[in-house]
Amino acid sequence: MKHRTFFWFFLPTALAMLLFIFLPIISVVTQSLFIDHEQVFVEVENCDFFGCKKASMVDNEATEQLRREQPLGRFVGLDNYINRSHLAFTEVAEIWSGSDSVGNFFKQLFNLPLYRALIFTLVFTFTVTPLLIILGFCIAIGVNSLSQKIKGVVIFFSLLPMIVTPLVGSLILFWMIDSRGIIGSSLQLLFDDPDLSLKASATLTWVTLIVYGVWHAAPFAFVVFYAGLQTVPQDTLESAMIDGASRWERIRYVILPHLAPLVTFVALIQLMDNFRVFEPIVGFNASAHATSLSSMIYSDLDGESRLLSSAATSSVLTIIGVVILLFPVLIRTWRDWDRKY
Amino acid sequence: MFKKVLIAAAISLTGTVVHAGCGIEKGNVNILGNEFPAIQTIGAGAEACAGDGVSIKTNLTKEHKNIQVPSLTSDPAEYTVAIVANSSIVPLMNDDLIQPLDDLIAKHGGNFNDNQKITIGGKVMAIGFMANSQHIVYRKDLLEQAGVEAPNTYEEVLEVAKAVKDKGLVKYPFGAAYAAGWGLAQEFNNMFIGHGGEFFKDGAMPNVNTETGVATLEMMKSLTDYMNPDFLTLDNNEINAEWKAGNVAIMQMWGSRAGPLLAGEDTAPGVAENTVLSHPVTVGGGSMPATTLWWDGFTIAKNISDEDAEASYLAMVNAIDPSIMNDEVATQAVWMIDGYEPTPASAGVFATIEAGATPYPMIPYASLLHTALGAELPDFFSGKESAEQTLADVEAAYVTAAKEKGFISE
Repeated sequence: MKHRTFFWFFLPTALAMLLFIFLPIISVVTQSLFIDHEQVFVEVENCDFFGCKKASMVDNEATEQLRREQPLGRFVGLDNYINRSHLAFTEVAEIWSGSDSVGNFFKQLFNLPLYRALIFTLVFTFTVTPLLIILGFCIAIGVNSLSQKIKGVVIFFSLLPMIVTPLVGSLILFWMIDSRGIIGSSLQLLFDDPDLSLKASATLTWVTLIVYGVWHAAPFAFVVFYAGLQTVPQDTLESAMIDGASRWERIRYVILPHLAPLVTFVALIQLMDNFRVFEPIVGFNASAHATSLSSMIYSDLDGESRLLSSAATSSVLTIIGVVILLFPVLIRTWRDWDRKY
Repeated sequence: MFKKVLIAAAISLTGTVVHAGCGIEKGNVNILGNEFPAIQTIGAGAEACAGDGVSIKTNLTKEHKNIQVPSLTSDPAEYTVAIVANSSIVPLMNDDLIQPLDDLIAKHGGNFNDNQKITIGGKVMAIGFMANSQHIVYRKDLLEQAGVEAPNTYEEVLEVAKAVKDKGLVKYPFGAAYAAGWGLAQEFNNMFIGHGGEFFKDGAMPNVNTETGVATLEMMKSLTDYMNPDFLTLDNNEINAEWKAGNVAIMQMWGSRAGPLLAGEDTAPGVAENTVLSHPVTVGGGSMPATTLWWDGFTIAKNISDEDAEASYLAMVNAIDPSIMNDEVATQAVWMIDGYEPTPASAGVFATIEAGATPYPMIPYASLLHTALGAELPDFFSGKESAEQTLADVEAAYVTAAKEKGFISE
C-alpha cells in the first residue's frame, strides 16, 4: 500500500485514538500529579429536625478563590505514586527493615492496598488465562466431533456464560454458592462440614472468583478455536490417520501447531481482560477478601469521598501494568515486522 | 340541583388542573435520589406536577451517591433536585453545588413546618421530609420460645442470640449489614458512638485507634459469632431476605427498610406478624444509643436557571405536601410531614429519637474516614489482623486520603 493511501485509511482511526485514548491518558497522568487545595474551614451552626450543632464546614468562597488561582490544585510531583495508597515506598522500607523473615515481609506487604490488589490481579490473570485456554480448547474439540444434528444446540449452551452479563452472572452464582444456596449446601453435604462457607474464607473466595473467571471466558476461547478447527487441512489429517496416528497424536502434531497463532491471540486478549478483573468482585461482594487494580480505582471514585487524584494514579499504574504484561508480545510482533520488511 | 353539581364538578376540575400544574408555569425538573418506597412516593408526587411546558423526570437509584457530585458539577447541572441525607449533603456543600432555599421559600412559601428546614450556617440548604435510623428488630415468637426478653444493651443482644441458638430455633440468630464497605463502617460508627467515642481530634486528625476503638471491634466480633458466616458479604438486602425466610431472630436494621417487612410480602409464614421494630440498644454501660439519626430531604442544584430552580422547588414542595399522607404512605417512613400518625413501622425510629441518639456527623471529612473504615475493617473480621493493627491501618488510609483532599496539611 502506498504511504499516501495508508495515511487516508488510517486517519479516522488515528483521530479516534487521539480523542478517546491519547487525550484521556494525558488528562489522567496530569491529574495524578496534583492534589486538592488545602481546605479552608469555617465554624458554623447546623440545625436539623434533631436540633442544632456546631460543626466545621468548607469555606466555599475562600476555596473558590484558591481554585481560580490554581485550577488544577496543588502540584505534588510523584507524591501520589509513592504514598501509602499506591507504591508506599516509606512503608515498604519500614516493613523490610522491621520483618524477620521473607514470609512475614510479604504478609505485611500484602496489607498495603496496592500490593494486596496487585497480588490478586496477578494470581487471577495467570491462573485464569491458561485454564480458560485449555478448557476452551477441550470444548472446541468435543463440539467439533459431535453429529451435525445436536451441534447447534450444544454450541448455543456453551456460549451462554459469555452471553450473560458478568455482573448478572456473578450475582446468580453469588446466591448459588451462599451457605444456604444450592451449590453451598451441596458442598457442605459433600464435605460433611455444616459450617463450610465459600464466602467466609479468603482462599475459597479466590478459588470461587477464579472458577467464575474461567467459566465466563472459556466460551470466547471455544469460539475462536472452533472456528480455527474448521480450517484444519483435511488432507494432512487423513494422511496422519493412514500413517496410523491416534486421536491424541493427531491433536498433538496436526491440530495444535495449526491453532498455535490463535492461542497467542486468545492469550493476548484474555491477559488484558483478566488483568482488569472487576465485575465478579462487585457481583460476589468479595471486596473483603479480594481487591483488584480496577476495583481499587472504583472504590476511590465510589460514594462520597471521590479521590480523583488517587484514582488517576491507580489508573496510570494499571496502564503501566498492562504495558509490562504485553511487553513480550509487543517485542515479538516488532521482530516479526522487522523480519518481513 | 343539577346546576350545583355542575358547578361543583367544574370547581373540582379546575382544582385538579391547578393541582396538576402545582403553580409551575414553565421549566424542567430532574430529580436524583435514593431508591426505597418512601423516596418513590416523593418522586411520584413531584412527577404529578408535569404538564404543559413543565417536564419532570426522576432518577431514583442506589447509585445516587456516586452520581450526585459529577452531575451537579456540570453547568448547567444534569439534575435540578438532589434528594439527600445528612451524610450525602456534605459533598454537595463541600463543592458548593446546591443553592440556599431562603429566597424561594420567601417567594413561594410551602406547606411545611419550620423544623423541616435544614439550616447550615444560618441558610436553609434542604427541606427534610423523613427521619430514619438503624435499630433493633426482633422476632417476638422466637424470643418467647427461648424465654428471653427484648434486649436493651448489646451485651443482652448476645445473651438473646445465645439463648435462641442454644434452643436450636435458628442457626444464626443475629443479623446486621456487615458487608465490607459502607455498611460495615456504619456499624462500626454506631458501636463507636455507643462506646462514647470521638472520631476526630485536633481538627481533622483521626481518633479511632484508641481503647474505645478496640472495645468497639471486640463487641462487633462477639456479635459475628451469632451471624451467618458469610457476614462480610451480606448487605441490608440480603439480611432482609434472610429475615423474610425466617432465618434470623434479632437484627439491627434501618427503620425505612424494616417497615415494609411488616407487610409480609414473599415472607415465610409466621414471620411478619411476629416482627417487632423496637428500639436502639446501648453498649458497654454507656447511655448513648449505639446508632445514629438520619434525615432525608431535598436540595436544589446551584448551576441551573432561576426558572428551573423555581419549578423544582414548587414540584418538590408539592411532593412533600401533607395531602400525600394515606394509610399506605404512612407505613413507608417516619415522615416529618404534618398529618402523619406514627404506625408500628415507625416505632423503632421514634424510640431512637427519644433515646437521644446523635445524628450522623455532617463533617466535611467524615465520609473519608467512613470509606477508610469500610476498606480496612474486613481484615480484622476475617481474622487476618489484630484490632490495633486494623485501626492503625484505618488511620493511615484516612490520613493519606485526607491529605489528598486538603483536609490535613502535610
